[in-house]
Amino acid sequence: MSINRRTFLRRAGMLTALGLGGSFVINGAVEAAAEYEPSKKGLFPNAKHLAMVVDMSKFKTEDDFNRVIQSCVSIHNIPDFGKDDLKDEIKWIWSDDYEHTFSGGDNDYLTDDFKKLPFMVACNHCENPPCVKACPTGATFKRPDGIVDMDFHRCIGCRFCMGACPFGARSFNYRDPRPFIKKIDPDYPTRTPGVVEKCIFCVERLADGLMPACVEASKGGLIFGDLDDHTSEVWKIVSSKFTIRRKTELGTQPSVYYLVGGESHA
Amino acid sequence: MYKGGKIIAGLIIFVAFLTFPFFYNMGKANAGPDLPTYASSANLQQCVEPAEYMKANHMQLLNQWRNADVRDGQSIYINSQGKSFDISLESCVECHSTQATKNTVGVNNPALKTSDQFCVSCHNYASVEPTCWSCHSGPEGATK
Repeated sequence: MSINRRTFLRRAGMLTALGLGGSFVINGAVEAAAEYEPSKKGLFPNAKHLAMVVDMSKFKTEDDFNRVIQSCVSIHNIPDFGKDDLKDEIKWIWSDDYEHTFSGGDNDYLTDDFKKLPFMVACNHCENPPCVKACPTGATFKRPDGIVDMDFHRCIGCRFCMGACPFGARSFNYRDPRPFIKKIDPDYPTRTPGVVEKCIFCVERLADGLMPACVEASKGGLIFGDLDDHTSEVWKIVSSKFTIRRKTELGTQPSVYYLVGGESHA
Repeated sequence: MYKGGKIIAGLIIFVAFLTFPFFYNMGKANAGPDLPTYASSANLQQCVEPAEYMKANHMQLLNQWRNADVRDGQSIYINSQGKSFDISLESCVECHSTQATKNTVGVNNPALKTSDQFCVSCHNYASVEPTCWSCHSGPEGATK
């Protein structure tokens, strides 16, 4: 009846091996003989550095800004909590004044009018994104085409990325957004409380062969393309005209360029 | 064995308690979950993978789909028979949406009275709550 130590250890070892082997059998069976491939309609399948140029000469009236903002709000199910709850506000693309957009390059002699000048701002899809470094779960990540994308499934709501982003481009869902969405677009998911969100350069539209919604709505005010491709319009503008970027002194290398001189000033 | 009788009697009582639910339900048919009829079940030969595979592994497949689409930009799934599918929950609910009014199978299923979604019938039975629909649109939103 009694077993000696050697037999006991041998049997325990065999049981352990059986257990480990069994888990391999179970996990191995899960993989079906299937493959994955990217969408054939994708607009920029081989892009290395997708970027946007904001031509400020095309943003004159309030409608120019609102049209662009609304095009994003309506397809991404962005809630509107009203003016009284600005701390809960969710922003993907919005307008801010010169003073806050380009803070750092201070010029005391700028007129107040110029300081209040509105600029179109969104996530800069930096080449060195501090939000990606800060994210502990990999929920925000840099795609090979340069877009800083969000995987809402993985976001745990720690908000490290919001502290890391120098552009305030990230918003946190403090409340359930669904009741505050004017009309839910079923083609894009809504978010739940406890999730951070931001502009993703419309990755879902790019995969379907469409330009970002704001680019379409801007009537030429926003130009989108691959900076690595020297035939693209963005490259032509950025390489030949005077453009500025936000907070370059921080070294994040933003991919949103502001064409401030207008078309005529090369 | 010291006090062997008491120990063995105690063991028998313990095992009897432990197996009571099995004996109690023995011979009674388990109703199982009410599977609702699909909107297009008539011309539906098979899901993305064989039904048996889907029953056992749909949760792993959904996780693989999610990672492939969101993280790797791979939005097309080619199944083991070489047929390709768009990676989207809408690909699922296109077929797996119940038409509650026509659904006679699920009438006695309380889950279907509050929800129109395919998944709940089994998930309520197994007491597993999927969180997909707290963000994604349900079958009513399937437009593509």
